[in-house]
Amino acid sequence: MKLLEVLTQLIEIIAALAVAPVFLGWVNQCRAWLQNRSAPSLLLPYRNIRKLFHKDAVIATNASPLFRLAPYIVFGAMVTAAGIIPSMGTDLLFTNAADAIALVGLFATARVFISLAAMDIGTAFGSLGARREMMVGFLAEPALLMVVFVASLISATTALPAITESLGTRDLGLYPSLAFTAVAFTMVLLAENARIPIDNPSTHLELTMIHEAMLLEYSARHLALMEWASALKLFNYATIGFALFVPWGVSTAEGGPAALMASVPLLLAKLAIAGAALAVLETLSAKLRVFRAPEFLAMAFLLAVLGLLVHLLLGA
Amino acid sequence: MTPVSFDLQLLNLCAALLLLLSFAMLAQRRIVTLVNLLALQGALLLAATLLLAWRTQQHHLYISAALTLALKVILLPWLLHRLIRRLQVYRDTEPLLNIPGTLLIGVLVVVFSFGLAQPISALASTATRSAIGIAVAVVLLSFVTMINRRKAMSQVVGFLSMENGLFFGAMSATYGMPMIVELGVGLDVLVAVLVLGVFFFQIREQFDSLDLHHLEALKEPSSTRPAAEDR
Repeated sequence: MKLLEVLTQLIEIIAALAVAPVFLGWVNQCRAWLQNRSAPSLLLPYRNIRKLFHKDAVIATNASPLFRLAPYIVFGAMVTAAGIIPSMGTDLLFTNAADAIALVGLFATARVFISLAAMDIGTAFGSLGARREMMVGFLAEPALLMVVFVASLISATTALPAITESLGTRDLGLYPSLAFTAVAFTMVLLAENARIPIDNPSTHLELTMIHEAMLLEYSARHLALMEWASALKLFNYATIGFALFVPWGVSTAEGGPAALMASVPLLLAKLAIAGAALAVLETLSAKLRVFRAPEFLAMAFLLAVLGLLVHLLLGA
Repeated sequence: MTPVSFDLQLLNLCAALLLLLSFAMLAQRRIVTLVNLLALQGALLLAATLLLAWRTQQHHLYISAALTLALKVILLPWLLHRLIRRLQVYRDTEPLLNIPGTLLIGVLVVVFSFGLAQPISALASTATRSAIGIAVAVVLLSFVTMINRRKAMSQVVGFLSMENGLFFGAMSATYGMPMIVELGVGLDVLVAVLVLGVFFFQIREQFDSLDLHHLEALKEPSSTRPAAEDR
């Protein structure tokens, strides 16, 4: 079934590229509804990207090649990550090459390059954003790794498709360890994707922005790639969450093309629910002070470690 | 892995939530919420006791569940809330160690107590023996809470949550202590809270604050009087 493997891989990557902006649009739409604003179109991120691709790029005179290269690297890392995560089928071509730890490494690569590019021009905002991003990143990464380790311990493998398969096929039960790690993962998702308790994605207020501060110098196609990459990152995190905590309905190798086709609408349904939940979560919480961010992420790390310990002790 | 029966899964969930609550108490700054967390801990303990009583058909556990409900879920939190209202203490001052540091120490304490409980669990024959480690962790985490706080009020809450941990430990190791011991301990805790309530008023009378570091100097007024005259 080599063909099915290639097909699954292709569909996954194309679906990630196509659905990620819509997912971001859906989250924004839900947020607008909850805040009693008239909602922007679902396709607004698409139009934004299209508009940006048609513009001419303006680049600072003292920019190094790294600045031009960074958007492609970041975008590439996110697309590769989308290829590793079993969002629809576990029968993936790439999984022999990379497991869940490599996935965390891919996110780290993207983070390093985006921060380096932000500092490259030498503006104050760029380095401010880059430093904050690194602070959030170095606290969020161990928490994410712990979350992955708990799932790997339960299913005795670090390959994401195998984790999904073993978690999806075991009999239903209460797993306090998975519940703890799910909460920890949600906190990491909020912090890593510049969502509300840590960063506000719609602000351009100098003193509070993190992610936006790093993109200030980018324009046209570079900015388009960066924004597409951050939409992809949110999509990737959502699908990691599905792979670990709601693994039902993902097609396996035995299922064949029919199961693969059936898993597409299921993924869309999961994304719709997750996007609405994310919007509710963001609307309910207030943005934390930057100095409270370590406390928030220490909480996430703690929950993940507790999940690990509870699993080791209780076997649940 | 052998499939675990559903009631045991629920018991494990209770144990895990108890551990989580201990950490929440460790991180909580506001005293009113701390007392509410204590009441919640009592409620979880009640749920665990009822589950265990139903599972093992040990009727004396129903009595201790009733005792838990009356004492730890209703009476003690009510007494503490009344004390808070009367004394007007709503916040603890900044703890001795910052919150992330405390939480990391808490994780180390949990690892230590899991190691400590391993030989005990190996000897116990109850179905809930794996939860002994969690009970030890709850006790030690309450210790950390007491060490890390300055106000007398939150130290008392730490003391009560330690008692909850001991109760849970006894339950998971031997399906509960003998009734006479349980009654004695329950009464002791009640009297302790009443007496400590009186103490609070005395301490505040003396020092105008519930901050316990005023009690650290053992010298008689000779050391405190110059400071008083400076004012």
